[in-house]
Amino acid sequence: MAKNNTQQEELLGRKPPGWLERQLGTEAYRALRGMATNPISVIGTLLLAIFLFVAIAAPVLAPPAHTNDPYQIPRDGYGQVPKPPGTEWRTRQPPLPFWWKAVTGKDNWIHIMGTASGQWDIYYGVVWGTRTALRVGLVITIITAIVGIIVGSVSAYYGGTVDIVLMRIVEVFIAFPFLPAAMTLSAVLTPIIGRGLFPPMIAIIVFGWTGVARLLRSDVLSVREREYVLAAKVIGVSDARIMFRHILPNAIFPTLVWASMRIGSLVITFAALSFLGIGAEVGYADWGQLLSFARDWMTQLGEYWYIVTFPGTILVLFVLAWNLVGDALRDVLDPRLQGSR
Amino acid sequence: MTAPTVATQTEEPEVILRVRNLKKYFPIRRGVFQRHVGDVKAVDDVSFDVYKGETLGLVGESGCGKTTTGRTIIRLYDPTAGSVYFQGRDMAELKGKELRAMRRKMQMIFQDPYASLNPRMSVLGIVGEPLEIHHIANRSERKERVAELLKLVGLNPAFMNRYPHEFSGGQRQRIGLARALALNPDLIICDEPISALDVSIQAQVVNLLEELQEQLGLTYIFIAHDLSMVRHISKRVAVMYLGKIVELTDRDTLYTNPLHPYTQALLSAVPVPDPFIEETRKRIILKGDLPSPANPPSGCNFHTRCPVFQKGLCDVQDPEFIEVEPGHFCACHLVKPQ
Repeated sequence: MAKNNTQQEELLGRKPPGWLERQLGTEAYRALRGMATNPISVIGTLLLAIFLFVAIAAPVLAPPAHTNDPYQIPRDGYGQVPKPPGTEWRTRQPPLPFWWKAVTGKDNWIHIMGTASGQWDIYYGVVWGTRTALRVGLVITIITAIVGIIVGSVSAYYGGTVDIVLMRIVEVFIAFPFLPAAMTLSAVLTPIIGRGLFPPMIAIIVFGWTGVARLLRSDVLSVREREYVLAAKVIGVSDARIMFRHILPNAIFPTLVWASMRIGSLVITFAALSFLGIGAEVGYADWGQLLSFARDWMTQLGEYWYIVTFPGTILVLFVLAWNLVGDALRDVLDPRLQGSR
Repeated sequence: MTAPTVATQTEEPEVILRVRNLKKYFPIRRGVFQRHVGDVKAVDDVSFDVYKGETLGLVGESGCGKTTTGRTIIRLYDPTAGSVYFQGRDMAELKGKELRAMRRKMQMIFQDPYASLNPRMSVLGIVGEPLEIHHIANRSERKERVAELLKLVGLNPAFMNRYPHEFSGGQRQRIGLARALALNPDLIICDEPISALDVSIQAQVVNLLEELQEQLGLTYIFIAHDLSMVRHISKRVAVMYLGKIVELTDRDTLYTNPLHPYTQALLSAVPVPDPFIEETRKRIILKGDLPSPANPPSGCNFHTRCPVFQKGLCDVQDPEFIEVEPGHFCACHLVKPQ
């Protein structure tokens, strides 16, 4: 039979499936191959891999000054004027990373990316901020996606009154402008649960799930009427199985693509909240926080360029990486587009 | 309206499906409060019988309710009124488990071979799904049975791990057929199964349907708008117009002696593949368009376009669907029983 199969494959002008394809299954293998051969996705994935590496290796790249609170950015004094990259640490120097001497041959730790106003070390903020960005982006996206998927699919599948009620609720949330609403809620929550990452995260989730719900609802509505769903009903497939086997797999991909792109933009929103001072406590490693340190020096960026350039570039690259991966996912996950590349 | 009584013949073929006064209205809702302002009468009081082992053709122009009739019979839509007796049970009243059990005996093939197969399932998954959910076969048996079914519809079983987009339209329609056959149904509703295919492929699929009918003793309801194809495959033909059946009789009678003016007009539109006859073919051109099924004309549905319309009769009174000759039903005031 196996030999026969191979012959059939050859007749069709295809190679017989290789080891990896047999391990992963045809569809997963195709998606993987698509991701690996598409230059856009390769760049995006590479960038993400770098960010992931930085996040994991943070204690090695930038050994924390306070081991019990590694996210606290170390500061070198309290002076207002930022110091340029390469300046040596003078006070309260955190431990030197073990590779520092081997690479540079020097004995003292320097501010690799300079210090921001208040002598916060930008390098530490960027490295440990990567962890914050990944955590914040993933947690918010996963929770908003789950809430949105549940609301959207329930709304579309049951229709009628359920749909009307749920969609009116969604509209109430959409009626608020996103950023001011998230700011307000975050500011209200801060005295209740304390300053930190949670108030802005909760605020973004509360006002952010509506997009997924609407997106998924519209896709479920269109897929629900396709003939293969009718065919499944005729066969006698149960409602739950129709939903999970026939409708969701065909309706979820726009949502997945949306989610991967969303991670990037969420981090921007979060940074915006931090920049405005509603978010992590002062000194917490977070890119938005670093940018907010630059607020007073906006007019002299010619001289103090590094206080904006490093965190800003990292933020842009992070968003770009997720967008590229999202784009590539969209192309790869649609089986009808296969063979076009 | 009286239900058409079966022709009084000595040799009575077994009735497998008995549709009585079937109606399917789709409500039209408007405004903020979704007020019910009217109905689209997609199927409006349809009655007919289907005999075991036959093919009943259901023809009519687009929007006349053919597809809705098929889907209401198999309970993809809940009927507004009427009954569908299938093997002694009223399908219109079944629910849940019982309905699911009944559906094993009644299956459907869909019009668009590109939309009727889930693009994310392999052929094995698609054809094996009915076996899986009705717990007919375990994993390995299922594979065997799917291979058998694929062979039955003329596909190579080696393709069972492929996905629908790798097949042509005709092949996909065969996959859809294999899925319908998986549960050993008695009745298959073919909803324009060939309309989306090339002419050469159409013939292949129709021949396959005929072979399978002979082999497995299937009964078909064959919905189509291609009159010559219906003539080829059907034993009896029902003609629909605006949600109603206007004429129902055996194929040969219908094509040689159509009684209803609408049937006559329809048949006059079929081209004849003989240039000499074709030259003398007289077409009856109907005026106007199909009226809206949301607002059907008074009296006889067809009176607004009928070439032999009689004022004071046709626009006032709804004609009854009566047996004018043995086995020949027609709904027209001007056709009298003999």
